[in-house]
Amino acid sequence: MWGFYFNELMRSLPFFLKGLWMTFAVSGLSLVFGTIIGFFGGILRAGRNKPARMIVGAWVDLIRGTPFLVQIFVIFFILPGIGIELEAFPAAVIALTNLTASFITEIVASGILAVDKGQQEAATASGLSNYQQLRFIVLPQAIRSILPPLVGQYVLLVKDSSVVSAIGVVDITRVGWLTVQRIPEGLMVFGLVGLLYFAVCYPLINLSGFLERRMTVASTRL
Amino acid sequence: MLEGFNFRIIWEYMPLYMQCFAATLWLSGLSLFGAVVVGIIACAMRLSQSRIMRSMAGVYIETIRSTPLLAQLYFFYFGLPSMGIMLPEWLTGVIALTLNSGAYYAEIIRAGIQAIPFGQIEAGIASGLSYFQRMGNIILPQALGNTIRPMLGQAIILVKDSSLLSLISIMELTRAGQVLTSERFTPAEGFLTTAAFYLIIYYLLKAFSGWSEKRLIFREAH
Repeated sequence: MWGFYFNELMRSLPFFLKGLWMTFAVSGLSLVFGTIIGFFGGILRAGRNKPARMIVGAWVDLIRGTPFLVQIFVIFFILPGIGIELEAFPAAVIALTNLTASFITEIVASGILAVDKGQQEAATASGLSNYQQLRFIVLPQAIRSILPPLVGQYVLLVKDSSVVSAIGVVDITRVGWLTVQRIPEGLMVFGLVGLLYFAVCYPLINLSGFLERRMTVASTRL
Repeated sequence: MLEGFNFRIIWEYMPLYMQCFAATLWLSGLSLFGAVVVGIIACAMRLSQSRIMRSMAGVYIETIRSTPLLAQLYFFYFGLPSMGIMLPEWLTGVIALTLNSGAYYAEIIRAGIQAIPFGQIEAGIASGLSYFQRMGNIILPQALGNTIRPMLGQAIILVKDSSLLSLISIMELTRAGQVLTSERFTPAEGFLTTAAFYLIIYYLLKAFSGWSEKRLIFREAH
């Protein structure tokens, strides 16, 4: 029986690859948008404008304090109530972008705040504009402490994308859920699902660790 | 959206919410306890002399960290019955949450212990302290001081992750929102109330984290 189920599972491998592609699509789009929004958020959060700092801080708390599953449900079920009809896919991308952006905001903000204050004062004294200070003095130094946790955040992003299966986006997890109704060998089906995630996430985790070691060396050499 | 917000329905469902709030608390409390125990064991194995122990702990930690919790949850939910093991849903959920967070706790505790300079242990030996005196008076207080913040951070993640248990139909906060939504067609009332309850837990844990930072920390002695 086990052999039969295994053959069945191998036959539905293309379905799994389709799911993998969907996971890539959802996470990839959210990665790009989330990083861009997160960088802007982080700059505001570490900046001098107090109201902006507080609004961004409240938003981050709100997103960090609630489960992602609840956030997806809010976006998918409540937004139609105020006239915004969304398909499952865009709703998933919006929810995941929002989540990622809030975490990246914190990463970028703490990276900027870790740069020695004297650097910015020196830049002000040299007559650099705010934009120039950020672009040429602060961000190049901050990127060292931003990059390792940023890649770590991308791992979380790929893993969190599994939750979008709850609103019917056919990603790997959903494919596993659908397959297990037909091939009742949970260990095998979700073993395969886990293997596919592992293949994506494990190299990323190692990349994050590598960057961490690399960046610490780079900053002590200074 | 808010003008149509129906507080009466929320009030009507308040007993359900309180019951589910309690369920979320004890489900995550139980998993938290289990996860810390699993984390300590996995960490001890990872730092042990035996190569087999080290690699076993390594495989466990890396596998958990590279796959999403939802896939792990389904793995146990669909996989255990196919092995002939029938467990109640809540136990399956607690097992998945425990094993998931256990891997992260192992890493947190390891980082805390390894942050203590080896010279301190040597100084303890040189002063004639026994193993338990060294552990109790030198290593653990500092390791606890180093790790209390990431530990509470992981506890917050654990509480939020427990929302995924609603997907295997365990009655907890997120499920309460789904029940209200499906019975009364009021997703806004259902899921925003759920979110509010999670925010209460989040802010309490966050405040505790800030307090412990000030009160409990035995600042590093170097």
